Amino acid sequence: MIVLIGGFILVIIGIWAMLAKKNIIRIIIGFSIVDTGIHLIIVALGYVKGATAPIIDTAVKMQSSVSTGMKLVTKVVDPVPSALVLTAIVIGLAVTALMLSFTIRLFKVHGSLNIDDYEELKW
Amino acid sequence: MIKYLLIIVAVIGMAFMFYPLVEEYSVATGLNDLANTYVYGSVKDLNMPNTVTAVVVTYRGLDTLGEVTVLFLATAGVGFLLRRKRKNSETRRHGSEILQTGAAFMSPLIILLGVYIFSHGHLSPGGGFQGGVVIASGILLLVLARVDFKFSHGIIHFSESLSGVGYVIMGVLGLLLLGVSSFLDPRYLPMGEYLYLFSSGAVPVIYSFIGLKVGSELSSVIDSMQAGGCDQ
Amino acid sequence: MPDILALILLLLLSIIAAVYAIYTKRTLSAVIASGIISLSASIIFLIYGAPDVAMTEATIGAGLTTVVFLYALKQTKGGDDD
Repeated sequence: MIVLIGGFILVIIGIWAMLAKKNIIRIIIGFSIVDTGIHLIIVALGYVKGATAPIIDTAVKMQSSVSTGMKLVTKVVDPVPSALVLTAIVIGLAVTALMLSFTIRLFKVHGSLNIDDYEELKW
Repeated sequence: MIKYLLIIVAVIGMAFMFYPLVEEYSVATGLNDLANTYVYGSVKDLNMPNTVTAVVVTYRGLDTLGEVTVLFLATAGVGFLLRRKRKNSETRRHGSEILQTGAAFMSPLIILLGVYIFSHGHLSPGGGFQGGVVIASGILLLVLARVDFKFSHGIIHFSESLSGVGYVIMGVLGLLLLGVSSFLDPRYLPMGEYLYLFSSGAVPVIYSFIGLKVGSELSSVIDSMQAGGCDQ
Repeated sequence: MPDILALILLLLLSIIAAVYAIYTKRTLSAVIASGIISLSASIIFLIYGAPDVAMTEATIGAGLTTVVFLYALKQTKGGDDD
């Protein structure tokens, strides 16, 4: 619960940074704060109370019976949100690097990092 | 100021959208049906302790293939935007003596740790994405320490293409050997014994290909960002 | 639950680092602060039973993202801080 609220606060801070700041690098930092907040939210949604990591080795107790097959005694965490967040983090790094290389090209051409100086699409 | 007023309205609207999710949330006390199927199926059908790897490689394998494609496209974009215009004659500062000696000692060990992580991804926490990232950080240490570190683009492009093609071939082999609707099914190799390295079919091979691909792509991202398309 | 104190401290650390990353004058400090956010998030993932995610977030968020930002800062030297 508390991690969910913390993740939402991080998302809102990041959106504030993306909308209110002028420096392009600050806007990208705000984007990466939103990224981390979303990851916290997804992992918090998959948490099970009093559970351990979903790796079924000797640390996780199991009981096997003839009728039902095997059954876990220790609780484990939902593995699906972990798998989704795992790939999302790596993609997030690649997308951040792409945005930063756009920033470098813009700076080489126009010589400014202020977002207000780029008004070709403004009306 | 009217701009700040609009921003505050936007942020409050965002918070209002998040509010129902927080209000209706309660900590789960057990797994839902989908997660139960995945956890038990990973142990029974695939002979694999790490259920996260089972979801990433097998149950959501097509998803992972798409993610690797997105990673490739983003890397290609970085390389295109920051391509080198002329001969790179920028004078970089040498790393200090401690950094150079430490890098020569540490970076082979870091790369070895990365290979260990992605080859044991079906047994312990870890896997292709984590191992590839560790390999990229080992190469980053070399790039930081040595000015004359020549980054062989031929080897990087070769390993990147090889691992991408290998990943798709391992998927298509499942389609050929096991029948229709079994793309990326790893059960055509022997399943082995539980908790041993050579077990759970083709999963270690596929995850090693993913690890090589992620490592080489992130290394080329770091190299492009370091050069920065300088043209002086 | 004894972990709740650690969770509160880590979340407070990350929120303070986020506010600092927005309102500090120097962009370099903002980049370092965003690395702190990722590091505390990785410890939260470890407490919440997701060690795979914790490994990835620690290596990428605190290591590679910071370095990529620093390279971009080096390339755009002379741009105005705000």
